[in-house]
Amino acid sequence: MSEFKVNKTFAEINAKIRQGTAVVVTAEEMIGATKEYGPVEAARKVDVVTTGTFGIMCSSGAFLNFGHTKPRMRASKVFINDVEAYAGIAAVDCYIGVTQTREDDPLNKVFPGRFRYGGGHVIEDLVAGREVLLQTSSYGTDCYPNRSYEAKMTLKDFPDAVLLNPRNCYQNYNCAVNLSKKTIYTYMGILRPDCMNANFSTSGQLSPLLNDPLYRTIGIGTRIFLGGGIGYVIGAGTQHNPNVKRSKNGVVMGGAGTISVRGDMKGMSPKYLRGASLTGYGCSLNVGIGIPIPILNEEMARFTSVSDDEIMVPVVDYGVSYPSGEPSPPLGYVTYGQLRNGEIDVDGKKIPTSPLSSYAAAREIAETLKDWIKSGEFLLGEPQDRLPSAKFEGFED
Amino acid sequence: MASRNVLLIFKSNIMYKPVIYRLARDFDLIFNILEAKILPRREGRILLELRGDDETIEKGIKFLQDHQVVVELLADKVWREDDLCVHCGACTGLCPTEALSLSRPELKVLFDVQKCVACGMCGLVCPFGAMKDVTLFDPFAEGRAEEK
Ligand code: SF4
Ligand code: SF4
Repeated sequence: MSEFKVNKTFAEINAKIRQGTAVVVTAEEMIGATKEYGPVEAARKVDVVTTGTFGIMCSSGAFLNFGHTKPRMRASKVFINDVEAYAGIAAVDCYIGVTQTREDDPLNKVFPGRFRYGGGHVIEDLVAGREVLLQTSSYGTDCYPNRSYEAKMTLKDFPDAVLLNPRNCYQNYNCAVNLSKKTIYTYMGILRPDCMNANFSTSGQLSPLLNDPLYRTIGIGTRIFLGGGIGYVIGAGTQHNPNVKRSKNGVVMGGAGTISVRGDMKGMSPKYLRGASLTGYGCSLNVGIGIPIPILNEEMARFTSVSDDEIMVPVVDYGVSYPSGEPSPPLGYVTYGQLRNGEIDVDGKKIPTSPLSSYAAAREIAETLKDWIKSGEFLLGEPQDRLPSAKFEGFED
Repeated sequence: MASRNVLLIFKSNIMYKPVIYRLARDFDLIFNILEAKILPRREGRILLELRGDDETIEKGIKFLQDHQVVVELLADKVWREDDLCVHCGACTGLCPTEALSLSRPELKVLFDVQKCVACGMCGLVCPFGAMKDVTLFDPFAEGRAEEK
């Protein structure tokens, strides 16, 4: 009863990967392939399309288990390099969030603050193999008498270290400008007054969820490139919203889908997990993620061949409108093609644009994932459950 | 024709001496003032773009030094720590002189120190601390904290 001319399964594609015969291309290369062969032929030829993104992802952190101490302790306060980790879980477990600042950080007292070190930097230090200082305290119990403990540790000393991010990989996002009269310092970078510059953040045509706009193949259990190692999609991310306005190609016209991911930090690299300091805003972590998309049919070929010129991005005022929280329509829409060219038009005024997420690194991630799959080491994880999605009428024609 | 961006520091004893005009008169150098800051009775700092042939630029710099002007090549003071740069591009839209720009189609960020005017913007913007010592005009720098 299939409506498609090409029908492949995860199992078939994985069999080809194991044999080393799977055809794998990046989402950038897929644009040309679909143009040249048409979606049906492209779907026959290509088995997997790899994507990538490397940007600031604030909703990230790590679960760390630092091992039982002698005598035993149920830590109720934990600091790593002076950054507090949440310790309201079992004895020697804690969760360090990437936006947590150092204890003595001056924050925004001298504006704009520099936020030089925070949870994201701790995670980078750990995956880089650098030594960190763990300091814990407790109220002491009969079974866990120890009240304080201090140790210099590196990642290999932690029995478990798991990157666990509640919301990553926003599917599309805003292009930020500032209509107010003063320079503002935001999570979308520095924005000069009177709409003098615009910032945007995603890898567009290489971005994972923009290549599978209806989450047909990305779901719970998808195996991914995470921070230079291997991770998994473990569910929809917080604020996942499939019901955002979509263009005819099914692509969302603003922030919409998100994913939650998990992976063992011990296989990760500081190249793809980088602590970030956003002046006037706070600390965060740049996370590298790459997701393979199986080309199960010609519709997936169409989806993965989306190009920057076909992805619409809302232009949003971060000077007044965004901070107020009041719903208001965007100032307009631009495409990633325009944003990448370095200049957009807002109300008849030409303004320069800067990306915040690294396209060069996104490309490297998509290429690395391609190599992993081609070598036969990296098999596709078939989702055990889907992410909430939206209706799609199908491509016209 | 070569071009060099140099930082001139005039200590208080020579601050008001006329020397710069002689670069043009005696050395036939073209100079372009990119940025200047004078802290009254303390020191003056001028960021100058010098244009001429290499030899004349050298001679002009020697002349300034002979007149007790501290001359620093901007390229020695301002740099990018390439290992720290992730080529995100966040700095490119705010750099006033296109010293930081995105190459196409590679989409890597290039830094051309010859275009840099040490405004300090990229130092504020870069999330990874890749742009080093780009605030030559920081009023709190170099023991001038009492200037507050
Ligand atoms: S200091 Fe940075 S932002 Fe300013 S001109 Fe130089 S490179 Fe550009
Ligand atoms: S903001 Fe920093 S990391 Fe990003 S391109 Fe500029 S120098 Fe490189």
